[in-house]
Amino acid sequence: MPHPLERRVIFQHIDEPGYSPDLACYLRQGGYAVLRKSVQRPPAELIDEVKRSGLRGRGGAGFLCGLKWNLVDRKSGKPIYLIVNADESEPGTFKDRYIIHQDPHQLIEGIMISCYANNVKQAYIYIRGEFPHGARILETAIAEARAANFVGPNICGGAYSCEIYVHRGAGAYICGEETGLIESLEGKRPYPRIKPPFFPAVLGLYQCPTIVNNVETLCHVKHIADIGGGAYAGIGTPNNTGTRLIGVSGHVQRPGYFEFESGKITLGRLLHEVCGGPLPGRKFKAIIPGGSSSKILRCDERFKIKQKDGTVLDWGYEDIPLDFDSFAACGTMGGSGGVIVMDDRVNLVEALGNLNAFYAHESCGQCTPCREGSLWMKKITARMVHGEARVEDGELLKNVADQIAGRTVCPFGEACSWPTQSFVQKFGDEFKAYAETKRQPRPVDALTLV
Amino acid sequence: MTQPAQTDLITVTIDGREIAVPKGTNMIEAARLLGIDIPHYCYHPKLSVAGNCRMCLVEMGMLAFDPATKQPVMDPASGKQKVNWMPKPVIACFTNAAPGLHIRTNTPLVRECREGVMEFLLINHPLDCPICDQAGECKLQEQATAYGRGYSRFIEQKNVKPKRTLLGPRVMLDDERCVLCSRCIRFSKEVAKDDVLGFVDRGSYSTLTCYPGRRLENNYSLNTVDICPVGALTSVDFRFKMRVWFLKQTPSIDTESSVGVNTTVWSREGVIYRITPRRNDAVNDTWMPDSGRELYKQVRAENRLTAALAAGQSATLDAALAAAAELLKSAASAVAVVGSGRSSVDEQFLTRKLAAALKAPAWIVGRAGEGDGILLSTDRNPNTRGALVTGLIKALPGPQLGELAAAIDAGKVTTVLAVNEDLAAAGLTAAQLAKVRVIYLGTHANATSAAAQVVLPALTVFEKSGAFINQQFRLQKFVTAVPGPAGVSDDLATLARLLVAVGGPKLGETATTLWPALAAEIPALASVSFAGIPDEGLPLDSKPWAGLRFGEGASLHFQPAAAT
Repeated sequence: MPHPLERRVIFQHIDEPGYSPDLACYLRQGGYAVLRKSVQRPPAELIDEVKRSGLRGRGGAGFLCGLKWNLVDRKSGKPIYLIVNADESEPGTFKDRYIIHQDPHQLIEGIMISCYANNVKQAYIYIRGEFPHGARILETAIAEARAANFVGPNICGGAYSCEIYVHRGAGAYICGEETGLIESLEGKRPYPRIKPPFFPAVLGLYQCPTIVNNVETLCHVKHIADIGGGAYAGIGTPNNTGTRLIGVSGHVQRPGYFEFESGKITLGRLLHEVCGGPLPGRKFKAIIPGGSSSKILRCDERFKIKQKDGTVLDWGYEDIPLDFDSFAACGTMGGSGGVIVMDDRVNLVEALGNLNAFYAHESCGQCTPCREGSLWMKKITARMVHGEARVEDGELLKNVADQIAGRTVCPFGEACSWPTQSFVQKFGDEFKAYAETKRQPRPVDALTLV
Repeated sequence: MTQPAQTDLITVTIDGREIAVPKGTNMIEAARLLGIDIPHYCYHPKLSVAGNCRMCLVEMGMLAFDPATKQPVMDPASGKQKVNWMPKPVIACFTNAAPGLHIRTNTPLVRECREGVMEFLLINHPLDCPICDQAGECKLQEQATAYGRGYSRFIEQKNVKPKRTLLGPRVMLDDERCVLCSRCIRFSKEVAKDDVLGFVDRGSYSTLTCYPGRRLENNYSLNTVDICPVGALTSVDFRFKMRVWFLKQTPSIDTESSVGVNTTVWSREGVIYRITPRRNDAVNDTWMPDSGRELYKQVRAENRLTAALAAGQSATLDAALAAAAELLKSAASAVAVVGSGRSSVDEQFLTRKLAAALKAPAWIVGRAGEGDGILLSTDRNPNTRGALVTGLIKALPGPQLGELAAAIDAGKVTTVLAVNEDLAAAGLTAAQLAKVRVIYLGTHANATSAAAQVVLPALTVFEKSGAFINQQFRLQKFVTAVPGPAGVSDDLATLARLLVAVGGPKLGETATTLWPALAAEIPALASVSFAGIPDEGLPLDSKPWAGLRFGEGASLHFQPAAAT
């Protein structure tokens, strides 16, 4: 049962008893009615609806979807591709997989409406290699939808035709970066491209204009086409419209996945009311609010938020509304909606060691700072955890991270340095203490966040 | 490639200094024009931009305009238009000239970026400079000195990667030294058209390797060694032979074909250790074939001719020249001259003078091979066009000396002067060789030297100076890199003295003294002096030979004339 504070739009049928991922079930719930209606409308009208909706991309960056569509080069004469980024691989993030597993037709309907709006003739779902089951479900769903004329030639009996292909990744985090994804889809090593000039909107897949949207984002498009951009913009808060999928993992009583109106509830209500607060006898210590690469928040930290009218708000973590802008104002990001909670039992050096191991393993190796820096940071934290920590290691870690962020080909540079920068900055005392306390070496592989 | 018109010039500002550059020029090249060095590893002017090393990060800004009025925003302090500087640094190699573009290459942020990249590149580097062949010409060494931190903060274990991997017959790879710049990968794909190299594994464990089952064995493989900024790729032939800082560099020309690849000969105390390409954007860019790099081995070959021979006996040069002159003069009008498309322009000029003095017909030996469309053409003589320009021949040579063979068979030719050509290799039979008296000027022993009555030892291209005219009718000079074997006189002197001995005119015996005669007599070379030939060569007027059907296909910077 959804929590009373939730507003489920995308997740309306997730975990609903009797709801199945097949077409018949989807049609019983009124599925594809929006697509049928949409292909009767001028495409430009649908783009306008999305613009009006204020929909922001749910992959992590929160870029305005309507603006992204607007930037697509429609004059080149080249085909326009749409790529569905289903490479959900940011640690702490587990929302798209539920859509794919339990409600794949909702995604397909959103894709087809978006394709129709943008005159796309071919769409690709790039799904991460670790989702073999999800890929099979999508293949089945696409076959069903094709048989029912919702995908393929002459959709809904009209003149418009569009194909969807599922492409499985081979298990690399970097394929979630849109230009790395495009390289991978082209059959190459997923080395992210240099921007400028290789913006997907102009020089994307096969050097053609390309739209890359997250799974959740495209599902929102279905609902925008249904209720209209204006009505959608009424959900949530201005500039952070619609609902957001949030996944909570870590040290709370009831972790899970939820859907809320953007900005309508706070991190405090999420963790204490919806998730039941900390485990018995424990206290919250730190929160990573938007996927593992977002900067960590201390639970005893105060955030001074300057308002436009000059007043200053004084927030604790529990006061932060769940939306893009509030997290940004607190120096971190809402990102992919993956909230990772750590209680007072967690040692932050060890937690960072875990994250650094992940990012060192996932750096593609294309450009120097991330390639060498991510592994160096991992080696430092691994050594610390192995009982050879030095007092100066925290400062060294932060300095290495500073040499990466902002100097790389793609945002992975930031993704791998933000954890280190923020952990050391906010828990520097803990890094010093770690060096000063004699401790038994622990094998780093045995460490987990939870 | 077309040269941009002057109107396409764009003014950019680098470190406060303005420079006008053609549209599309990147900031590394623009800064170079101002004498400002922007350090880099992956960028190479003749390859696509990869942007991966991040060493060339600079600060970038654009002139400020008011978004509403589109009017320039002025800085009241300086009275100049304001520049909006971007918060993040950008890579200079992929930042092309744009109106109003400003970059700064020497700010605290830029220095910090370079220090950071240098540190990152060195943490997993083996730092084995004492035993590394790249030492002395290593970008890591140079840039660590210029831009590095000067001390190490790295106390962890370094990565371990494969050492001494033979990528192909000529190229050795040390993966631990590799900085993953991908220059070799891009070269193989883009220039050699042999997409054989790539990276496997990821992150800091990325490893350069060959495609499974393939080897880096194309005829351009050693260019990867040249462009490798570090000691990862080394030449099997050159490694461990000599420290590069002991080597003297001499400009030369690859004699393999009519492309005329510009080269540098590296020698120490009279011994050549390697040959590398010399950049010439009109001919070979920065590349050369592997095959041309081995030619220095002919210098110290065992069958090298080092002394004059007359009637099978060792003789002084004077005695041999006298014997040669006696043979030639006594043959009356039954002499033939075989010149060479491998001889320099000045040698061909003297060969022509000899033929004239002897009233003898002259041929050169045509030499055809497979063209690779890159830097080897089908005409495997470096100087066929020189023979045309100097008037040694009037028509293009055939591969066989058919006319000479017929003349010998008919008894019309009894004496042959062969300059730098093995007559047997050029198609004369042993019987035909036995029928004539041969005066042979050459570098190595062969069937012709064995059959010759007089042998005059000659110098290789590395031991003398001269000039060739390549397929573009570009006059290119080469300079003495090492001295010839003791007692062997310069070919020009030998030919000039033989010319006098057979009653011809007295001409210069060195390139410098001979060239005034060439300039005076050959219209295409009028007003050219040997010293005046620039390093990048001198294009000559090719119109007089436009009617000839040269057989070469396209190469890197050569398009054959359209068939008429």
